[in-house]
Amino acid sequence: MIGSPDVVALTREDENGEANADPLALPDEFAVPLYPYANSNPWAKTAYAKFTKDFILISEFSEQVGPQPLLTIPDDPKVCGTFDLNYFSLRIMSVDYQASFVGHPPGSGYPRLSFVEDSRVVLGDSKEGAFAYVHHLTLYDLEARGFVRPFCMAYVSADERKIMMQFEELTQRFSQASECLKTGNRRAFAKELQRKLQDLEYTRSVLRKEEGLQREAAPPGIFSTHVVEKANELANVEKSIYEHRDLLSQISSYPGRPRRDPHAAPCPRCLTECLGEYEGLLERYATLDNALRPDCAHRVQAAEGQNGERRGGEAGNEEEEEEEEEEGVGRRPSYTPQLIKAKSPKCFDKRLKTLTELCDQAFHEATLDLLKGTERLFSGDLCYQYSRRLDKALRRKQQITNFLFEEDLGESVMGEWETARPVCALNHAGDVPRPTRPPPVVLCPLALELDALEPLEPSDPASAMGLGQASDLRPGRSRLESSPSDQTLETSEDTKCSFSSDRSAEEPIDRDQSLASVRSEPADPDMVFDPDLTPDQDHDMDPERRSTSEGTETTAGEDEAENGGDQTPVSLQEDHAPLGVGPGEGEGERRGGGAQMGPGSSLVQIDTACCMAQDAFLYEASIADAESDPGLHGSRPPTPPSAVVSQEPHASLPLQGDYAVGSPQSETPAVGLDLLPGPFKEPASRGGAADDGSDCTVSASAGSARAGSPPCYGGVMTLRQRKKAGQGALKFVRQYPFALQALWCLLSGRTLVVLGSEEGRVRRLVSALALFVPGPGTCGERVQAWLTSPFTLADLHRWKLIGLQRVPSPLGSCMLHSLSRYSRYISVLDADQKTLRCPPYRGTLLANMADHRTSLRRGSTYFLHVQSTLGGLASKAFLLAFTHHLHLPVGPGEGPEAVEARRRGFLQEQLGLGPQDGQILLYLSRLITQQYLQPGAAPPSFCCSYTSSLLYKI
Amino acid sequence: MFRWILGGRDAQRAVENSVLSIGEEQPTNWFTELQVLKGHFDIVRFLVQIDDLRFASAGDDGLVLVWNIETGEKLLEMRGHSQQITAMATLTRVSRDTPHTSLVTASSDRSLSLWDPDTGNRVQTISDLQSSVKCLLVLERLSVWLSGGTELCVWNIDFQLQCQQQNHSDTGITALVELPKSCIAAAMDKEIVIYRLTADLPLTLTQVRCLSDHQDNVRTLIPVNDGLFASGSHVGELILWDASDWNILAYEHILWEESQADAQSEIRLGSPKPCEMSIQHLTTNGTLILAAVGSGLYVYSVLTKTVVAYRRAAHDSNILHTMLLSDSELMSCSEDGSVRIWEMQDLPLPAEAASPGFFGMWSFGRSSKQAELPSRKITEVPNIRTLELTGDLIGHSGAVQMFLSFSERGVVTCSTDHLMILWKNAERQSHLRSLELFRKLEAGPPAVDW
Repeated sequence: MIGSPDVVALTREDENGEANADPLALPDEFAVPLYPYANSNPWAKTAYAKFTKDFILISEFSEQVGPQPLLTIPDDPKVCGTFDLNYFSLRIMSVDYQASFVGHPPGSGYPRLSFVEDSRVVLGDSKEGAFAYVHHLTLYDLEARGFVRPFCMAYVSADERKIMMQFEELTQRFSQASECLKTGNRRAFAKELQRKLQDLEYTRSVLRKEEGLQREAAPPGIFSTHVVEKANELANVEKSIYEHRDLLSQISSYPGRPRRDPHAAPCPRCLTECLGEYEGLLERYATLDNALRPDCAHRVQAAEGQNGERRGGEAGNEEEEEEEEEEGVGRRPSYTPQLIKAKSPKCFDKRLKTLTELCDQAFHEATLDLLKGTERLFSGDLCYQYSRRLDKALRRKQQITNFLFEEDLGESVMGEWETARPVCALNHAGDVPRPTRPPPVVLCPLALELDALEPLEPSDPASAMGLGQASDLRPGRSRLESSPSDQTLETSEDTKCSFSSDRSAEEPIDRDQSLASVRSEPADPDMVFDPDLTPDQDHDMDPERRSTSEGTETTAGEDEAENGGDQTPVSLQEDHAPLGVGPGEGEGERRGGGAQMGPGSSLVQIDTACCMAQDAFLYEASIADAESDPGLHGSRPPTPPSAVVSQEPHASLPLQGDYAVGSPQSETPAVGLDLLPGPFKEPASRGGAADDGSDCTVSASAGSARAGSPPCYGGVMTLRQRKKAGQGALKFVRQYPFALQALWCLLSGRTLVVLGSEEGRVRRLVSALALFVPGPGTCGERVQAWLTSPFTLADLHRWKLIGLQRVPSPLGSCMLHSLSRYSRYISVLDADQKTLRCPPYRGTLLANMADHRTSLRRGSTYFLHVQSTLGGLASKAFLLAFTHHLHLPVGPGEGPEAVEARRRGFLQEQLGLGPQDGQILLYLSRLITQQYLQPGAAPPSFCCSYTSSLLYKI
Repeated sequence: MFRWILGGRDAQRAVENSVLSIGEEQPTNWFTELQVLKGHFDIVRFLVQIDDLRFASAGDDGLVLVWNIETGEKLLEMRGHSQQITAMATLTRVSRDTPHTSLVTASSDRSLSLWDPDTGNRVQTISDLQSSVKCLLVLERLSVWLSGGTELCVWNIDFQLQCQQQNHSDTGITALVELPKSCIAAAMDKEIVIYRLTADLPLTLTQVRCLSDHQDNVRTLIPVNDGLFASGSHVGELILWDASDWNILAYEHILWEESQADAQSEIRLGSPKPCEMSIQHLTTNGTLILAAVGSGLYVYSVLTKTVVAYRRAAHDSNILHTMLLSDSELMSCSEDGSVRIWEMQDLPLPAEAASPGFFGMWSFGRSSKQAELPSRKITEVPNIRTLELTGDLIGHSGAVQMFLSFSERGVVTCSTDHLMILWKNAERQSHLRSLELFRKLEAGPPAVDW
């Protein structure tokens, strides 16, 4: 509703910065900031890229052939063009900072699984014109070296700003995908282990039998070489069994392990399921031979006791789930164990498993879907995304009037905060409550102690163990938490600074800057506004993430210094000091407190110094930073300062979050216009079950090459369809001189019946006119595109726009009878004879929307024009609906006539509307009021006015 | 008593055939908001007001539904009758100084039920009656109520039969009215029977008088005021009775004309069907009696004992229910599915009453044939006023059985199309919504800051 992106892209900001001179100007939180890159050539940046559009690349570092690309999303060779995927895979795999530790750690007899956190890197290749957000992850494979398979997912784009500005969201989305993959992988790994263990047990039993036979056969006291061989083999197998059992216990400890990645919050349901499954497996294999091995039995008992402890402390449902899982284990098609040769489980000559095999099929598919959604979400030029975000941010502020003309925001609201929430790709999302905060994890070498200090998650066996004696029983497990990967996270930071090939020169400068201005400015919106990300968690982010936020912080601090502390740049982040306090003070305190709370605060500062240092293009706040970063941003002018709105803290607080590109959306809705007590909010989020990719329609139809219509759920009018309708509406307006009257009917709440014998034409007309139906409903339920039976009065309640089939008599006469009978409530547009029967309209309000001679040619442009006009109407109606004195008497002596006169005066003099235009507003405000009041069981009502109609002809 | 024969044949036909239509321009029609109430599965026949906010509806589906007039919400659904409901009345009893209203319903399943409209409970039931009850009359003064069918029964407030009176008519009692001095008038066929109820216990019912002045079946019987009651018959006789000595005070036979007189020219029309002059419904406000005669409307003044205003063809078919909204406004609903609002207007120029233009005023656009109207009729009724159609409510697709007015809150109509429609004033509703809106805003979270 805010305007065409291609217009936005070419607007130029005024140099003289008199934005605040106009006293009637909108407050900043309602104003639409101009596209900040107005001056940059929007076509230049992709000029030398060898691929046509952004894509997602999944690569792996194969232990056999080295880095290799696995697949791209979209899976279309045209996308990549001549771009060398092999080379780029090499590039992106070479910046894997996961620091996975492989092999036997000293002091441990068994091979260790290394549990590594994902790492995130932004990488640029200026020669190729490619920039990538690279997300590394490690999957487990029993047959792989060190049981690990390094993978990475990369979002490749020709526009580096796009990646940098949306780093946060990319991070979130890819973390989700990664989490999904890893969850599936762990399951698959556990299954594989189970199979392997079965094999081994079987082999052992066979070997034992053979050994016994041989021993019997051989004379007593004499061990033949055969017997010795067998015994050795048996010992090997048993060792292998122990190793695998240990692996199983390791992998089962994984889900409860504290995470240092705030994005990697797994779906709790998946988590419990996995836990249950693992425990089932663990117990099963631990008990196989505990009779034979007393030490083993002891261990198993310990483990069980610990499990029992854990279970005892938990709700009963956990037990049920476990039982279920055990049953599931039992039910599984029995695997026929195979005899395996006594040999190391590591095989190098085998075919490596594919990604699909590594993960459960379901998880793999879910991940791919997630990534496809991500690709769709981020496709298109940055400026589309920018305006889309603005649009969303503004719409989120208008929740009361959105239902009138805006596309249902519910879906996009979901799309936004979905990313900030652990979403299970397996559709567990619905019943998963959003955890109030991610598990607190502290990045510290002394993780062991800290683990014990942390608030324990009830379902966390590892931490439960951390408290008790169980850590003694299983030293390896607790070591896992403090495994060397933690240290590597710290120690490898310096290497991680090599963020991009051509950036390293700037690092020292930035480091100094950031050190100088650490924590002076609450610029990072997610820090401030995301309730989930409390400041102390800031320290727990892994270096890449942290560096992004810290980088923003520091640059914003500089802004403040440069601007004299009272001016903040107009930017995506908008005015971030609405509290009337000097920008940053209150927030700085808060954050300072957070920093003191965190034991690792000193570390954080070091991290701040050592970061990607690309603050300048992380967030818009850094624009003013251009001087300090001349190589990159010299071309951008400093943005004019904007006034700080200090009197409306409620309104502007969330705004930052809303406007900030790349910030995780705060769940708290924009309070600015949020008048919603309770139930009103629900529809917005309820409608949002649609896929996350479908709001890509903005960019899609606004010029990106991507075709393929988004799925339409239950007849939801997607934006794309509405745009198509825009074309139709434009055609209608140009074709019919009485379009004005038709529009007025729709907007003033008079049901419009489109009568025609040809279904296609009627449907086209209806879908075009549906644009103008106020409050069409989330699924367009107020519009009936094609009706073949006579309608009744109740239908007039339900539908505001009806496409009616004209049929020959006798049924037709019945239909015509109902038409004429209810003629006072409806307007009839005859598509065949091209006539319109409706009350006369003499207003002026709609003239610019229904201009017969409009020079607009493109449907999408007209759509946006209409949307903005309708948006204006909606806000006027909002004003009308919520202005007390226009509806209710001010004083006791005032009668309804005075109120009526005042309302008329308001409409006529202040809004300059005639009586008929006033009807539109009255109707809209009535809808708003009704929507706000949400009548419960009451049947709907509709208004009519007893005025005579005229017949308009073409 | 004079026979009131109106108009010439041509004029009658002109009026009769004219499709009376006001068009869509109805500036005084304030029923600008409507709500369709769904809930019944069959014809809705009865509407009863319970209190200021609630009303009950009942019909052929045996359901009794309680509605809120303000919101249009269905409050209760009371099931119990297996067949159509034939009569419904409210029964108010005062317990601990608070009146409590219950609903009494009678059904074709030969049962009577007492309902609590607050809870929806069926408080009392009497089944296995000898015949189905056709009318109910509550005598609040005596704390009894009567049910009329083939027999007339008197019940006390606790649903105990006090006494009953058999009668031998085939159709049974079709209407009951309360008269002074503990008397009750019951309409049976062509007769009106007066009963007296002894005040002392046990209650007994004695037939006092039988009035058989009507030529045909008595269709309606209403109390007019303390001293009068009125009855209307199937052939258009309207008789005004003295309530205490049961003498005829006035006899009006509304008969359009002797159709046989010029049958030779208008054979195809035949004689007017009885239903065309049957008095379907009578209402009164004490001074005026509004009679629905066929599809016509007559306003009869009790004071002058003359017809003060009439409309021969007020509707396209039989009028089923009427009401006097005020001294000059009335409302009628008809089998043609419409509700019409009329206003009695004085003639602007009484001196020209005899001119043909007089009829031209009340028959829309039909002035051409009015010239033939015999002027003598007009001179006979010099005080006559016109009934001007000021608005109509169109919404039902079947006959509108009844309507119930809640004055400024609106009007409910019920119909054979199984629906009820609540007609309201949009301005008032909008005002109420605004009130609620701002009340909700005040009660809302403190963060409201707009």
